[in-house]
Amino acid sequence: MSEAKMKKVFGRPASLKPAETHYCPGCGHSIAHRLLAECLDELKLREKTVGVLPVGCAVIAHKYFNFDMAEAPHGRAPAAATGIKRVHPDKLVLTYQGDGDLAAIGTAETIHMANRGEKITTIFINNAIYGMTGGQMAPTSIIGLKTTTTPEGRASSRDGWPIDISRMLAVTDGAVYIERCVLTTVKGIRRAKKAILKAFQVQLDGLGFSLVELLSPCPTNWKLSPRAAVEWVNTEMIKSYSPGVIKDTTGYEDK
Amino acid sequence: MAAKGKIIIDQERCKGCHLCLDVCPNQNIGISEKHNGKGYQPARFIESEEMAKKGCTGCAMCATICPEVAIEVYHA
Amino acid sequence: MPSERMLMRGSHAVGEAAVRAGCRYYFGYPITPQNELPEYLAARMLEVGGTFVQAESEVAAINMVLGAAAAGGRAMTSSSSPGIALKQEGISYLCGQELPAVIINMMRGGPGLGNIAPSTADYFQVTRGGGNGDYHTPVLAPAGSQELAELTFAAFDLADKYRTPVMIAGDGLLGQVMEPVVFPDPIDLKILPRKDYILDGCAGREPRAIYSLFLGDQGELYNHNLKLQEKYGRIIAAEVRFEDYLTDDAEVIVVAYGTASRIARAAVDEVRKAGLKIGLFRPITLWPFPIKHLRGLADKGSKIAVFELSLGQMVEDVILSVLDRAGIFFYGIPGGLIPTPEELEDFMRSALAGDGKVGRRIEL
Repeated sequence: MSEAKMKKVFGRPASLKPAETHYCPGCGHSIAHRLLAECLDELKLREKTVGVLPVGCAVIAHKYFNFDMAEAPHGRAPAAATGIKRVHPDKLVLTYQGDGDLAAIGTAETIHMANRGEKITTIFINNAIYGMTGGQMAPTSIIGLKTTTTPEGRASSRDGWPIDISRMLAVTDGAVYIERCVLTTVKGIRRAKKAILKAFQVQLDGLGFSLVELLSPCPTNWKLSPRAAVEWVNTEMIKSYSPGVIKDTTGYEDK
Repeated sequence: MAAKGKIIIDQERCKGCHLCLDVCPNQNIGISEKHNGKGYQPARFIESEEMAKKGCTGCAMCATICPEVAIEVYHA
Repeated sequence: MPSERMLMRGSHAVGEAAVRAGCRYYFGYPITPQNELPEYLAARMLEVGGTFVQAESEVAAINMVLGAAAAGGRAMTSSSSPGIALKQEGISYLCGQELPAVIINMMRGGPGLGNIAPSTADYFQVTRGGGNGDYHTPVLAPAGSQELAELTFAAFDLADKYRTPVMIAGDGLLGQVMEPVVFPDPIDLKILPRKDYILDGCAGREPRAIYSLFLGDQGELYNHNLKLQEKYGRIIAAEVRFEDYLTDDAEVIVVAYGTASRIARAAVDEVRKAGLKIGLFRPITLWPFPIKHLRGLADKGSKIAVFELSLGQMVEDVILSVLDRAGIFFYGIPGGLIPTPEELEDFMRSALAGDGKVGRRIEL
């Protein structure tokens, strides 16, 4: 059992800074950050990447991501990313956005980024709630979810239904690859990594817009322990947001 | 029989979410009785084979689900 | 080399000047009365291998400018008053992030949807900053096609020099009139200085982040704002522009910018023929406002007669400049109506007499 014989098979990716994050215990952002970084490392893209931040818990993710990052107003990351990609078409341009950023205030920018077929990749963190501002309803909050602005649970008559923005984007001709994954099982995380790699490949090949939606636990605002939050995604949230490929016109063979 | 794998959990980086406990197939991870500098009870690698079901296989499932990149995995 | 003299519509002159200044990224959205500008650039950008995107909204367009500027490009957007209102968030972010950009505002009637006539009731919006926070943007107010071209051209260098968005405040009339224009030499993009803050991939260097959020509890935002204020101080010290027209012996000095100044100039010429000593002071930078120079004119004893195509916005900056050093008179027309020079002459005579019968005397 000598350590000298053992080889390290898992450690921090280079595209992630060693800084300790401010994210809560069990937060999906942390897992998503690591996956994104692993993918950039594998494709050797760190030095050719420019990312755009959301407004949300990940607003200060430039402290964690080890590549060039731009801030944008809430919801506007797709527009900022469009500007960046037009100036640097040879760079990998990505947006990293939460549900409020992407599917509430930024809905128009999101749809039109996809509709223009921008060669941009969006990592969409769906935790069905507004985290940074303290747990209000998100457009993705499922029916019955108690939040600070739906204290008796989301009701469709008052608050509408959880929005499936990924399926809406699939209708656009410019969106080429959209997949939804979970960050709450090992199998799901490994599938998510493959999805992100594929999404980046779509951009590298110039095929069009790609998006990976990641169902993500928010223990603090769901008022669950991290382990219970993981359980809730795996049993409840997937009833409203079923994981799988939503659109794939890449023509790639799945490995 | 010597374990095929080994993990090192950074006790100060761990935020005590304990997701790793649920994914380890061999129950090689427990909860530390002590609190770390942030006040969390970090996860703890159970190295001794008497305590664990089987030795660590270096499968890295714990590190895969760990949000903090607090687990390094070694494989023989 | 400079171009030959061309007869050009104001909106087109802006587009051509931008391209010659090295602008290769234009993001816009249709709104009357400036549609000729995106239409011109849709074709012109194709010719020069630039980027033209008709965005989904004015909000999206200003954010595309934000991204392009962060990436190091010379980027421009344009709109008219209600659309400029939509861009205020983006302008605040451009200032907080210290990014260069050029924004063209062809003003129209308001508030709300207003009309499409050349009211200039955006003075507050453009100079006071409709977005949040302590910031300013240089604002240049041309009065004809040649100036639209020259000031647009200069705006890109000004923006880069100070890492700030720069606004060109025109209006619907200026955008439509056709006047002769001589353009400056096109800028060779290759000789522009390298920008050491842009996002272009971190090969060979540490990664960069561009942001305006400073949450730390060690006074980070306080220091950032002081840094911005120091920059604004340098702009105030170095970038004021104005024109004096027949002010040396004037007993009344009309203060007007843009289209209002064209009418005022015609009226000044007429009353001079009748022997009245009236002149025109034309601010070209609305921010920084030419406070010192206007104050100097007031100190010489002239009455100050402010004329605006609004109910009175620049008049507040005139009051701050002049204070009680001279009598201040105001005449304003809202809603995009344009007075004739004869109507303005009545105001000038009334100001000369000091009777406040046409327009009003400002009581401090």
